[in-house]
Amino acid sequence: MFEGWDAVALARAQFAFTMSFHIVFPAFTIGLASYLAVLEALWLWSGREVFINLFNYWLKIFAVVFGMGVVSGIVMSYQFGTNWSAFSDKAGPVIGPLMAYEVLTAFFLEAGFLGVMLFGLDRVGHRLHFFATLMVAIGTLISAFWILSANSWMQTPAGYALNADGQFVAADWLKVIFNPSFPFRLVHMVLAAYLTTALVVGAVGAFHLLRNQNLAGPRVMFSMAMWMATLVAPIQILAGDQHGLNTLEHQPVKIMAMEGHFESHKDGAPLILFGLPSESAGKVEYAVEIPKLGSLILKHSLDAPLAGLDTVPRKDWPPVPITFWSFRIMVGMGFLMLGLGLFSLLMRLRGTLYEQRLLHMFAVAMGPAGFIAVLAGWITTETGRQPFTVYGLLRTAESASPLAAPAVGSSLLAFVIVYFAVFATGVIYILRLMAQPPHQGEQGPSHDAPARAAGITPAAGAVATEGAGR
Amino acid sequence: MIAIDIATVFAFIIAFAVFVYVVMDGFDLGLGILFPLFPAKADRDVIMNSVAPVWDGNETWLVLGGGGLMAAFPLAYAVLMPALYTPMIAMLIGLIFRGVAFEFRWRTTQRTRNRWDVAFAGGSWLATLAQGIALGAILQGIHVEGRHYAGGWWDWLTPFSILTGLALVVGYALLGATWLVLKTEGELRDKAYGLSWSLLFAMLGSIGAVSIATPFLHIQYAQRWFTWPNIILTAPVPVAVAGVTILLLRSLARKQDNQPFFLTLALFALSYAGLGISMYPFIVPQSITIWQAASPANSQIFMLFGVAVLIPLILGYTAWAYWVFRGKVRAGSGYH
Repeated sequence: MFEGWDAVALARAQFAFTMSFHIVFPAFTIGLASYLAVLEALWLWSGREVFINLFNYWLKIFAVVFGMGVVSGIVMSYQFGTNWSAFSDKAGPVIGPLMAYEVLTAFFLEAGFLGVMLFGLDRVGHRLHFFATLMVAIGTLISAFWILSANSWMQTPAGYALNADGQFVAADWLKVIFNPSFPFRLVHMVLAAYLTTALVVGAVGAFHLLRNQNLAGPRVMFSMAMWMATLVAPIQILAGDQHGLNTLEHQPVKIMAMEGHFESHKDGAPLILFGLPSESAGKVEYAVEIPKLGSLILKHSLDAPLAGLDTVPRKDWPPVPITFWSFRIMVGMGFLMLGLGLFSLLMRLRGTLYEQRLLHMFAVAMGPAGFIAVLAGWITTETGRQPFTVYGLLRTAESASPLAAPAVGSSLLAFVIVYFAVFATGVIYILRLMAQPPHQGEQGPSHDAPARAAGITPAAGAVATEGAGR
Repeated sequence: MIAIDIATVFAFIIAFAVFVYVVMDGFDLGLGILFPLFPAKADRDVIMNSVAPVWDGNETWLVLGGGGLMAAFPLAYAVLMPALYTPMIAMLIGLIFRGVAFEFRWRTTQRTRNRWDVAFAGGSWLATLAQGIALGAILQGIHVEGRHYAGGWWDWLTPFSILTGLALVVGYALLGATWLVLKTEGELRDKAYGLSWSLLFAMLGSIGAVSIATPFLHIQYAQRWFTWPNIILTAPVPVAVAGVTILLLRSLARKQDNQPFFLTLALFALSYAGLGISMYPFIVPQSITIWQAASPANSQIFMLFGVAVLIPLILGYTAWAYWVFRGKVRAGSGYH
């Protein structure tokens, strides 16, 4: 099996597959850890029971997601060596320390305090428990800092030199860490994680409001999530625009692929809304475009010239159709989120936030939108920087391990089977937890084993009195 | 004499991270290995509860081992990982199954819980065998040309690597059994005592078999251990193994719950020191030394700041987490 296949293509497929599964979990846990910290803080500060109920409700979901994030993450930390050993040898001196710092400052912090966060509320007291929750939340953010720094360095390498063995070495660590695209990517990704979580929380809240508008827990979580969508979606669109301008400066070819600009435009490039990019024809077929708007967005001037892919050697082109389409999916999701945020704001001002069924249905439908946007965004940025692993310096084809295609193909097949079996099951368990509304006296993971063993929790008592006085 | 330079310092740091991993994940993998011997649901719940709060942290040391190796010795990482391709993939898949089982088995019905119990046990077996085989494959030597692995993708499979794979299963199982002695009570603890006896003898047999086989792999290993003046350094290792074994037998006989686990860890430490004596200064035996594989000094110095400050801190709050969940785990009142 896999004789005659291209080992590098299989290794790329394996990285894309395992990474796509993995990123879903941290994208959710980064936001959810912060949300849990906020809920616990509100509970400690106000003493209102609804907050601890929500905390325990989301904590159980967090535990399942976090576990899947850990095991799929271990795969990533070894895959650099197994499938990309030439890259590891050459870029290890620069990338390795950034990842080592991620482990030392973030992973240990998260894992070390996770046990206390999940199971320790009765053992350590409220304040110390809150501290543990806070450490887990901070750990997820530190983790994002380092891994996005490493990724950004591969996109916009800076502060490096080459040694006699052909390895990249750091000439200036601050320039390596704070490389040109890093601040933009960090802001864009952390906001994406917060939005993703808000959309999931909002969808779960809306799902239960559609069944019963008087439940305290769903009302509180829906309101909090919609505030997040209202406030963060527009900020995210601005951050994405800034990130795009940064990419135009440092990776113009990626922008050409995202925009479908095969041809150079001397006096103002159009904005291509839709169309079918054809690499062989060197143009976007059936293009629906708005004249001059591309230059206005990218250069803030209607007549600014924009170079196209015709100025780039063919061997340096990224795969245009994937980059073009994934970018449009991400942007589309972003505007839908903006729409949800505005719709909910309008209903809030009218005082029908908890009654407007159309809003609730919209919110339920938008539950997975964050994940779709995150995946589409990463596919855009990772496909758009091809054919390089270290942009402009190290080609993907020169980064792979000296492995035969059958080895890479077999492991890819194994990962596909295992991931679908394991993580699909995990998603089903999470959906089952979400299908239950949070109820009064909601227990955390430390108590509900017997209840879980006994089957479905009775819905009696699910109607909380607090906050449901309408 | 051992020259103390930064590459040597990092060799010890990586070795330390891998050892902490073996110490911490060894016993919870061992619990998975022993799982089929404890069919009762109540026992299984107690066994899972005894490690549920700490397994995430335990596995993080494996990430540090991999990430740290890439950072400090990128050439060794780039050569070893393709050479150990199949065992590494098998280990990762084993760890996935056992890792998710911690949460999944609580989220499901009785019937499907058994499925996750099988995943927990099977994943633990697979991961442990793969780690032991990888160790044997490293010791027996790896075909390197230039800066690349130059062997095939089945080179790792030899009688010796199978032996080290099984030896590690036995060793982790003993760690798991003595952990249960430490953390449980009643019939479960008594059963763990019984297992500890047989597993201890199996482990001593394994240590003996690997120790006898290793010098035959390469003449350098034999010279390292049996020539003057090295023997001053190497002779105390088997003597100490004998001493620890006596203490361990005594603690098992006297049923001193708090001792067997830590004495088993001492056995692991001695075996690990033996490995270190055999390998040093090679990181890929007989072909790449730690100095050849080392990152440029400025990469290692940059990390040394972090390691010096953060490892003690990590050990501190990890110890605190263990302290919070100290004592015997009781059925029904567990924390899951």
